[in-house]
Amino acid sequence: MDTEDNILKQISIFAENKPGRLADIADKLKNADVNIRAFNIAEAGEFGIIRMVVDNPDKAYESLHNTGFTVSETNVLGIEMEDVPGSLSNIANSLGEHGINIDYSYAFVTKTEKALLIVRVDDIKGAISVLDDASFKLVDMEEIKHL
Amino acid sequence: MEYWDPHIERMPVDELRQLQEYKLKQLINYVYSHSPFYKKRLDDAGIKPEDINSLEDVKKLPFTYKQDLRDNYPTGMFCVPNTQLVRFHASSGTSGKPTVVGYTRNDINCWANSLARALTSIGIGRGDNMQVSYGYGLFTGGLGLHYGAEEVSASVLPTSAGNTGRQIELMQDLGTSVIACTPSYMLYMNEAAKNMGISIKDDTDLKIGILGAEPWSEEMRKRIEDTTGIKAYDIFGTSELSGPLFTECKYQDGIHIWADQFLVEIIDPDTGEPLPDGERGELAITTLSKEALPLIRYKVGDLTALNSEPCECGRTHPRITRITGRVDDMLVVRGVNVFPGQIEAVLMNIPEVGEHFQIIVDRVNEMDMMKVQIEMTDTAFSDRVNDIISLEKKVESALKSVLNVSVKVELVEQGSLPRTVGKSKKVIDNRNL
Repeated sequence: MDTEDNILKQISIFAENKPGRLADIADKLKNADVNIRAFNIAEAGEFGIIRMVVDNPDKAYESLHNTGFTVSETNVLGIEMEDVPGSLSNIANSLGEHGINIDYSYAFVTKTEKALLIVRVDDIKGAISVLDDASFKLVDMEEIKHL
Repeated sequence: MEYWDPHIERMPVDELRQLQEYKLKQLINYVYSHSPFYKKRLDDAGIKPEDINSLEDVKKLPFTYKQDLRDNYPTGMFCVPNTQLVRFHASSGTSGKPTVVGYTRNDINCWANSLARALTSIGIGRGDNMQVSYGYGLFTGGLGLHYGAEEVSASVLPTSAGNTGRQIELMQDLGTSVIACTPSYMLYMNEAAKNMGISIKDDTDLKIGILGAEPWSEEMRKRIEDTTGIKAYDIFGTSELSGPLFTECKYQDGIHIWADQFLVEIIDPDTGEPLPDGERGELAITTLSKEALPLIRYKVGDLTALNSEPCECGRTHPRITRITGRVDDMLVVRGVNVFPGQIEAVLMNIPEVGEHFQIIVDRVNEMDMMKVQIEMTDTAFSDRVNDIISLEKKVESALKSVLNVSVKVELVEQGSLPRTVGKSKKVIDNRNL
């Protein structure tokens, strides 16, 4: 499988930490008919970074950028996990043993009783090969659209 | 055309000083006999017109302050009757009573002549389309540049400030080659043009900006020139002296003050004594040609230094270096003097930082806290919190090393800081001092 196919484009947005900002962003995505699959906010006092995996990242990027938001597309991985104890530990161990650092991650549960872990790592190609060797399944953009 | 008035502009310095001396003596006689205010001011200081015999004697004369104009509102300091006046301008009066300035026909002509020399020194003249985006009306910026531009036979687009979309459309359709506006409005226009899908650099004929009416830094000039592709020239003047009067020449190395019309001094703010060339202090200007409202040693409030060396352009008139701030712009934060211009200079040297910023000063638990808000840019943004915090820290330490006082830097969203069509308000001081 081609490495590129396994990389998800996460939308990252800079937002001031004040009332109404998230609503504003969500509104823009609603108007662009973009569906959010996974979502996370990293807050740091006066500002926050909103990260999300959506069904159509290019459209999300365009609608937010054109309305004045500072937004970027970030390469992340989506790893499928069994929704049972120990799954996260297996993944983290595989990456850790090979010296790959997780910058941040967040997870959500899908309709099919699987869980999906979104990770940003310091070596994305290395991570793909490690996870592949350990037989973890990486989801691609097509699958994200149909989750 | 290289010079508007080659004889005056290239006059040898000795002759220029003789001319100034002659006109200074005339001025003192004139105000003593025409202005009850100045007669009393000179009498109180024990000075008679015959005591002023040389240029050096200017030191004996008392200063004039903006407050004097306010105290004598509206026309108490005028030297001519109403029948001689052809125009009034007035300040907005946001920081007290407004000041009113009256002009005789000759005052208007001298003003236009001063700007005609300045515009010619930049290379502006017949064939140029000049968009005057300074406000027209009681503010002197719009009409001042308008008359100067017409004097040199440039074609004026009197757009005034505001209605930015239309300004950009006209700039493109009529081929504006010169614009006159505040530096903050230039940046705002550039941003607005970008949002309209127009690049000022690539899609317009704009080559020259005459920017001023608010302090700005060399670093800001570089930013503006790089992003818009224009050459940006500094302009100086203030309504009490007529309005915008002087600009840099094409060498962009200080603003020429026409010595036959104005006598310029730099004053030590602590001692009140004139400072030698190169030393920074407070600007004081004596008008040598004005009829309606002549002013003696008027403390403009701007901080600058004098350069009397002849310029490469061949003009012998002295130059003032870039104005670094106003005496009344100075913030005292924890006992340290801070000028917004210093902050601007630091920020503009950091490529990740955008053009817009705001300074907020508060007092928390008897302690001054200074915060500088800057806008996030596309290039500086990272999805990692640590990267953003490091950028804040980087700017904080750059500011600290120049200002000698701690500053908290806060990145805010793009477009969230106020934009303005006129003079920008960069400082919000919430302390009740």
